[in-house]
Amino acid sequence: MSGYFSDLYTGAKSLLSGMAVTFKAFMAPTVTVHYPREKIDVTPNIRGPLTLIKDPETGTHRCISCNRCAMECPSSCIDLKGEKQEGVKGKVLVKYVYDYTTCSLCGNCVDVCPVTALDFSSEYELASVSKEDFYFDLLKEVQETP
Amino acid sequence: MEELIQILTRTLVYAIAMITFGFFNAMIMGYLERKIAAKIQRRPGPMEVGPYGILQLVVDGVKLVSKQIVIPRDADGVLFRIAPLLSFAPVVLPFIVVPFSKSLQARDFNLGLLFIVTIASINVLTIVVAGWGSNNKYSLFGAMRSVAQNISFEVPVLLSILCIAMMTGTYSMQGIVEAQDGIWFVFLQPVAFIIYFVAGLAETNRNPFDLPEAESELTAGYHTEYAGFAFSLFMIAEYANMFLVSSIATVLFLGGWHGIPLPFFEYTGALWFLAKVYILMVIMVWIRWTFPRVRFDQLLNFSWKYLIPFSLANLLLTVILIKLIPLVKEMI
Repeated sequence: MSGYFSDLYTGAKSLLSGMAVTFKAFMAPTVTVHYPREKIDVTPNIRGPLTLIKDPETGTHRCISCNRCAMECPSSCIDLKGEKQEGVKGKVLVKYVYDYTTCSLCGNCVDVCPVTALDFSSEYELASVSKEDFYFDLLKEVQETP
Repeated sequence: MEELIQILTRTLVYAIAMITFGFFNAMIMGYLERKIAAKIQRRPGPMEVGPYGILQLVVDGVKLVSKQIVIPRDADGVLFRIAPLLSFAPVVLPFIVVPFSKSLQARDFNLGLLFIVTIASINVLTIVVAGWGSNNKYSLFGAMRSVAQNISFEVPVLLSILCIAMMTGTYSMQGIVEAQDGIWFVFLQPVAFIIYFVAGLAETNRNPFDLPEAESELTAGYHTEYAGFAFSLFMIAEYANMFLVSSIATVLFLGGWHGIPLPFFEYTGALWFLAKVYILMVIMVWIRWTFPRVRFDQLLNFSWKYLIPFSLANLLLTVILIKLIPLVKEMI
């Protein structure tokens, strides 16, 4: 019998304080982001698929076709080709195909690049039903982006 | 002959209106429940179908109707099929005496309150039928729990109803509402109201007393084996039971359709009635998303150790006061 009324009192009090907690949560703004319509900023450190950096001075990429990234790559997912062209000093990049399906985003290519031509993008909305969509043509990409 | 036609039309209109209302109520409450749950968990809730997801429950309904009802091989075919239909009887019948407003009531007979209580207890039977007919251990356990729970919680419900019946001297729903013209009974009988509301939560198998359908222990309790429309009938019946418990609470304690007078009050009193009922139901939803489920011994202890003694004491006090107040008045 001892504690009969004190149990009732503490029980009722804790029930009411529980309801106050949920009421506060009910009035508080929602924290869920409505993804397709609302997006939050991603960290700049995100390792998205590779891109060739567009140099703001020249308006094009900085790649010198040295092939170091392709050699460094542990999964050989970079396929690039440079050509000697007349009147131009050094090699000109004519092909830079990057196979995202095998890339492990280790970052060796970005580190090894002598001219900092490569970087990770912050793209994260990648989904496709076909494998071919993940063979990115980075050269075309850098030429087409405004 | 003319009278017969009149009775038949009345019955038909009533049945159609009440079944429609049952479905509609389940849709509103389903939506409210999901939205309130979401807000309490700080999510937006359904947002995709229609503005703010208001059509979500329509889509869910269509999905459930289009699903096949699978009957387990070893289930009792007849009972299994009857149970969801039977669960609908206590949905439609008690609304005969529920006074939505002064004129919006199918029938006001002088045993209305007893009628509701009687019909509402069919609900337990349907749960047992469903649990037994499914031939599934989870279902049977859910049904057994439901019976134990309802037996222990029907007593405080009836005792607190009895307080009001004694004060008004009538079982007629309309009579009880009219007796609250001056003051609502919740102010005269707060203990009875709390006991009724708590026990009513248990009667409707709502959280924190939802042991018959405890997901973590019994998958879904008595409706484990039900899919598609049979399942949705159970859900509709659950929400209609909530409505019923809340509407009895409104009639007994919150003054029924009494409120600030509106034009055509004979009919528009229903707005006050519905507002009170839905506030009570929202509180039920709020309680559901706040408290964890009680253990079975806690559930029975709570009923036998707290609710029943308190409602008995309250009844005794009511009786004494009913006898005493006229005597005191006479002396003065």
